[in-house]
Amino acid sequence: MAQHNETVLSVSDLRTEFHGGRGHIRAVDGVSFDVGRGRIVGIVGESGSGKSMTALSIMGLVPKPAGKVTAQSIMLDGTELTSLGADGLRRVRGRDMAMVFQEPMTSLNPVRKVWEQVGEPLAIHKGMNSRQIRARVLEMFELVGIPEPKARLDAYPHELSGGLRQRAMIAMGLICEPKLLIADEPTTALDVTTQAQILRLMLELRDRVGTSIIMITHDLGIIAEMCDEVNVMYAGQIVEQGNVFDLFDRPSHPYTRGLLASIPKTTEKRTDGRMPSIPGMVPNLERLPPGCRFNPRCGDVMAICHEAEPPLGEVGGGHLARCWLHSRKADGPAPAAGAVL
Amino acid sequence: MTVTASSPEVIAEPSLLREGIAAFARNRVALVGLAFIVVLVVVALFIPWISHHDPYRVALDEQFLPPSLTYWLGTDNFGRDVLTRILYGARISLLVGTLPSLISLVIGAALGILSGYVGGKTDAIIMRLADMMIAFPSLLLAMVVMYTLGANLLNIFIALALVGWASVARVVRSETLALKGKEFIEAARANGTSRLTTMVKHIFPNVIPTLIVLFSLSIPDAIMWESSLSFLGVGVQPPEASWGLLVAKGKEYLLQAPIVAIAPGIAILLTVLAFNFIGDGLRDALDPSMKD
Amino acid sequence: MLMFVVRRLLASIPVLIGITAILFVMLNVVPGDPVALMMKEHASPDVIARVRAQMHLDDPIIVRYFSFLWNALQGNMGISIKLNRPVTNLIAGAFPNTLMLAAAAALVSWVIGIPAGIISAVRRDTVVDHLFMGFSLVGVSMPIFWSALLFQYVFAMQLKWLPVAGFYGPKYLILPAIVLGWSSAGVIARLTRSSLLEVMRHDYIRTARAKGLREGLVITRHALKNAMIPVVTIMAIQVASLLSGAVITEAIFGIPGVGRISVDAIQSRDMPLLQGSVLFATVLVILGNLVADILYSVLDPRIRSQMRKGGAS
Repeated sequence: MAQHNETVLSVSDLRTEFHGGRGHIRAVDGVSFDVGRGRIVGIVGESGSGKSMTALSIMGLVPKPAGKVTAQSIMLDGTELTSLGADGLRRVRGRDMAMVFQEPMTSLNPVRKVWEQVGEPLAIHKGMNSRQIRARVLEMFELVGIPEPKARLDAYPHELSGGLRQRAMIAMGLICEPKLLIADEPTTALDVTTQAQILRLMLELRDRVGTSIIMITHDLGIIAEMCDEVNVMYAGQIVEQGNVFDLFDRPSHPYTRGLLASIPKTTEKRTDGRMPSIPGMVPNLERLPPGCRFNPRCGDVMAICHEAEPPLGEVGGGHLARCWLHSRKADGPAPAAGAVL
Repeated sequence: MTVTASSPEVIAEPSLLREGIAAFARNRVALVGLAFIVVLVVVALFIPWISHHDPYRVALDEQFLPPSLTYWLGTDNFGRDVLTRILYGARISLLVGTLPSLISLVIGAALGILSGYVGGKTDAIIMRLADMMIAFPSLLLAMVVMYTLGANLLNIFIALALVGWASVARVVRSETLALKGKEFIEAARANGTSRLTTMVKHIFPNVIPTLIVLFSLSIPDAIMWESSLSFLGVGVQPPEASWGLLVAKGKEYLLQAPIVAIAPGIAILLTVLAFNFIGDGLRDALDPSMKD
Repeated sequence: MLMFVVRRLLASIPVLIGITAILFVMLNVVPGDPVALMMKEHASPDVIARVRAQMHLDDPIIVRYFSFLWNALQGNMGISIKLNRPVTNLIAGAFPNTLMLAAAAALVSWVIGIPAGIISAVRRDTVVDHLFMGFSLVGVSMPIFWSALLFQYVFAMQLKWLPVAGFYGPKYLILPAIVLGWSSAGVIARLTRSSLLEVMRHDYIRTARAKGLREGLVITRHALKNAMIPVVTIMAIQVASLLSGAVITEAIFGIPGVGRISVDAIQSRDMPLLQGSVLFATVLVILGNLVADILYSVLDPRIRSQMRKGGAS
């Protein structure tokens, strides 16, 4: 159990539900994880896995009438977020935890100057005046590596390239020196070269400033490069959790194994001319299969997988997987693995 | 590791039309509008059999009677039953609402598709023309046309069609431009389909939902313009009575018998409102992207 | 910026010529002899012929059109047949009244419409929203001549709060301005609401919230400026619909403005007067569109950049 001041974020049993027109959707269903100080934690999954929704839920940005967020506990550096009202959470947002979004093109207000927007958290949370804000924004621009920072202050968003805009967004997120930065697919909308630059920037910032980062992505490559710990999400649940080395060396959940297997490797030669992929589709959250949510697509599926949802079981040394292969049922022997249908 | 196949769920795609009708039917406000119009049309068609009052007679001894069981809304300056006059006026107003809209729809659609698909000089000329028509005050334009052609029913059709085609053309043109970029158009062209056939067989069916919405939304405008023209005396001429004309005639007796002028206006208001409900309902049902 | 204005002005000239040419042709190919129609009983064929020659009615139409334009540029738009006074004077005398009426009506429509639209958007799908939008829809569906008569009857004749008709002071403008502004208000309210709702869906609104900005400031600081862009441009184009409405409003409330003149001209078949007022209306509309374009570029920095690069049109 990590000590209080070494854990920046501790999420316990986070659930986010939507009551849609026709059904009841649990977009985030019992998610728990920790983020240590100065660590980069990745959340990886396909679209619809609930990874973005997890971030929005922690930040309190889930659209109100539609979605309901509950959790046993969300502890941000000693503050229990669940006991804060909407206003209290708002004061934390942008100051102690910040978020960077996927689409730099549209995430900035087109009719306002860049410095005003990047500096806005300072106006909101620290009450600085324009002169102070401009100076601080200039510092941040230099920190995130924006060339000719002085000239860019008065620019409008459409005058910057995608990469610069994303750097500006990162500057915006870090300007109040939050303990936690949540990055939701920050490089997906950028070209490969810019992607590499932004990722490198984030690593530098972590080293220099000590901010903890939650990196949300669907790209295992980014996970491998950046993250210290990883959470794999599927259909609203965490199905595997552990440090990055364990995950890549000993992937324990069939879904994780499928993801890793489907990365095309130049070192392997395939003789049958086909690309491996996980068969089937992500389940409709309104109509989940009984038992383990992955069972329609799992190659190691067993009888018990259709009957009951597996809990997160220990694979070894803090590495967890939500799979009957790694859990024992309370009243029976360990199930045999490797059934073929 | 062996991987098993699982059958993905097959979702049937309901046709746009059927979904549209279903969505429309769920919209209570639109249904109310539809019901009103249906009732109005039926009553207007069968009015000679429904009401025994003569809309043309003159009985000066029965001037300005207040509402009673015989005369539900009272009588006007010539002793005629106000309600009957209004219902006869419904025929004209409905006719003048729908027919010019249809004409401007046809013209606007044709020019809009042509302009959007062919592009170039044709597009530039047509759009310039359309912009001019839209910019200019509609009522003034209609008035000028009526002045030129003379004030009778047929010319009203022409005037209103002229005023209305431009906005239809603009919308249809942008739809055409959007469709033009889609793959099935390229495929058709690659197959050697002529431009005319492409426009008629491929583009046109896809703009029909928009046309339906535009049609129902242009009827209220047409009714308003016609009534304004008739009110000013350059529209429908007596002894025919459209609602606008009824209000104009009643205006002179506003103090003595306000109902005579007010009641036909209420008819206009309700009818235009009903068509707006229907139009909004159609737009929400057929093209949710146009919704707010 | 200056180049932009100049460029748009130059682009407006062909439009001006186009519209006025079409209208001129329409007005002048009227079947039947306008002079004879005008003079009816009194005229003998010689008099008619003389007046026709005086008015150059027998010249080819193109010549007549350009001479009309040329004269108009110099301030001479002919003589009103009915009133026997220079058209230019008549219009110049009537225009300020119409301007006052239109400005007052526009003010009414903004003051009512914009707040209503904003409140409706912020309180979407509540009773308030439905109420406001319902009123807007009713306002848009009411023919102006009818609401004018209704207001006249209730507020002037029955309650006697305001004068019935005429134009002897600012008090006489109140009722007409409300009537004229009322239907515009509905349009503006609906547009403001849909524009604001659309803007609130954008990503940068989510960013603003993510910074911990209070919801009220999210709306005023980030959403409104973007949302107002289409609304403001509509305002400038309101000129056309206000002119149409003014025609009727002036007629009913007896305000001696350009609209009233146009109606009289049509009813008495006073062709020069009608021509003059139509030309005038066209100029106003074009100016209104020009103002709309300028406003649009002032509010949206993206357009300004485009302009600097080479002029979007």
